[in-house]
Amino acid sequence: MIATRNLTKRFGKVEAVRDVSLDVREGDRYGLLGPNGSGKSTLIRMLLGLVYATSGSISVLGVQVPRHASRVLPEIGVLIEEPAAYPHLSARVNLRLLDAAGPHGSRRTRRRRVDDALEQVGLVGIDRRPVRAYSLGMRQRLGLAAALIRRPRLLILDEPANGLDPRGIRDIRDLLISLNASGVTIFLSSHLLSEVSALCTRIGVLDSGALVLQERLASLQEPTGRVLVSTDYPDRAVTALDGLVEHRDGTDLIVRFPDPAALNSRLVAAGVPVRSLLAERRSLEDVVLEVTGAGSDQFGVPAAKSREAPQAPDPPDAGVPEPAPPTSAPADPDMS
Amino acid sequence: MITVELFKLSRRMRTWFSIALICALPLVVAIFIAVTHLAPPPGQGSAFLSAVLDDGQLYPAAALALVLPVFLPVAVAVVAGDSIAGEASAGTLRYLLARPVGRTRLLVAKLVAVISFTLAAVIAVTVTSYATGVLILGPSRASAVGFAPGGTSGSIAPGAGGAPTAGLQAGAAITSLSGTPLTTLQLLERVLGAMSFITVSMLGVAAIAIFLSTITDSPLAAALGALATLVGSEILVTLNAASVVQPYLPTRYWLAWIDFFRQPILWRDIQRGFGIQLVYMIVFLGAAWANFATRDITT
Repeated sequence: MIATRNLTKRFGKVEAVRDVSLDVREGDRYGLLGPNGSGKSTLIRMLLGLVYATSGSISVLGVQVPRHASRVLPEIGVLIEEPAAYPHLSARVNLRLLDAAGPHGSRRTRRRRVDDALEQVGLVGIDRRPVRAYSLGMRQRLGLAAALIRRPRLLILDEPANGLDPRGIRDIRDLLISLNASGVTIFLSSHLLSEVSALCTRIGVLDSGALVLQERLASLQEPTGRVLVSTDYPDRAVTALDGLVEHRDGTDLIVRFPDPAALNSRLVAAGVPVRSLLAERRSLEDVVLEVTGAGSDQFGVPAAKSREAPQAPDPPDAGVPEPAPPTSAPADPDMS
Repeated sequence: MITVELFKLSRRMRTWFSIALICALPLVVAIFIAVTHLAPPPGQGSAFLSAVLDDGQLYPAAALALVLPVFLPVAVAVVAGDSIAGEASAGTLRYLLARPVGRTRLLVAKLVAVISFTLAAVIAVTVTSYATGVLILGPSRASAVGFAPGGTSGSIAPGAGGAPTAGLQAGAAITSLSGTPLTTLQLLERVLGAMSFITVSMLGVAAIAIFLSTITDSPLAAALGALATLVGSEILVTLNAASVVQPYLPTRYWLAWIDFFRQPILWRDIQRGFGIQLVYMIVFLGAAWANFATRDITT
């Protein structure tokens, strides 16, 4: 659905995006992570033809961007940084205007599509108020509605959870998952790791403009081969697991052992009562902090000036972009 | 896209407020003149004002002369300066372009909206001031006298020369600046000519403001930049030392529309005025397009 090859963007001397080769496949819920200032927004703007790349190529829905962007943009719903609307007009009028602005917004279906979008984001009933009276969360919902009025095949959302309360975040997550189930590919950027880990199936991590990781979330979170054991008899356990205990903290042990069930049997056989036992998985936070290296302490705060070279050693199976899938994704008959 | 832009323009309070203000100034002036019967003497003050006491039907011309130096260019510069920069600063520009609305298409739609606004303002001034003139100042008096163009901002069109002497024509006929009578049809034609000349003059300003609007993200900066250009031009127009560049200044022929009210019409400055505004429009709209079509949209 989206493929970039060696994409680079320089603003003067600053390299905002550096040699990014990224792939989003049909049906993905792809989360682009990275600290503020890591190039996420610039990358997204390049995908939409708003910012012109210095070098490299972009293909979206099988079409070269920005050259043929006008052909695919009608099939893409976007949220680019904050939502924006004309404050003196109502949400409904804003959506109608936006739909009327570009090509392919059929006037015949406009009313229904606007109604549907307002319903999907939960703005029905307050859609006739001027947007100036909206809260941040309502504006965010309106921005999402604007992305949905064309019934897109691909959603490109920059920080979709911005400004939403926990309930709103959950509503939007459910909405995105159900849209995805009906065939919409979702590409979103965020610096909220929890949000991405709850929603996305694949992630990419940008650090100082470079894509340092691109992987399925499930394979990143495979068990690490270590087990967290909690027992009231840690000394006995240490003896029984001769040499396998990597770390001990009071009654909590970290044991290198691939199979939690087998470990449990072994401890029980040795007469060690186990209070809890859990296969360790890496959290998304661990993964991201590991690959962003020295940038890690800047996660969530404005990044310092771009550094010269990537500092973090890449994990063996990551850092290298996966092979490109064919970019000519088959059209989904239901989406128009 | 053009309909969308016209709709947006029509739903902004600012549009109607500025047109109302432009129409209000001639009304206020008319009331003062009607109450005091003190029109400026010929050759002084704003053009045509000296004559309106004698013939209220000429008030549209006087009204245009009143709003031309400041009110009209300010309103046009604000609307045109807002065109791209306003969308950029509100953040709506990126959503429009991602719709997608082609950049050229958006620029054209903005231009059409600005032209519509300018026309609406000029027509509104003419119509309201005609009503004002007839109702407050009254139709032409029995003894009409000729009148002189006023020298606003010191840029008297060369053809205007000295003040024509008092007209000799009496009766209901409207008198041209040259002292000969004009029929109502002729007056209508000439008012329409003046309106189109003023509209085109304003579009020169609009082109500068639109160009600046594609450079900056601040609508205010774009509008003020265009106005600064006009003020600069006005200063140079009166400066003898700058006579080399004067023929190319945007405001040099601004008052040439007064020549529409001569008998016969003096076409030379009118044509030059149209020509220079056309050049300004082509140059600045071309520059606006070249800049906007290739620019990174980072707002």
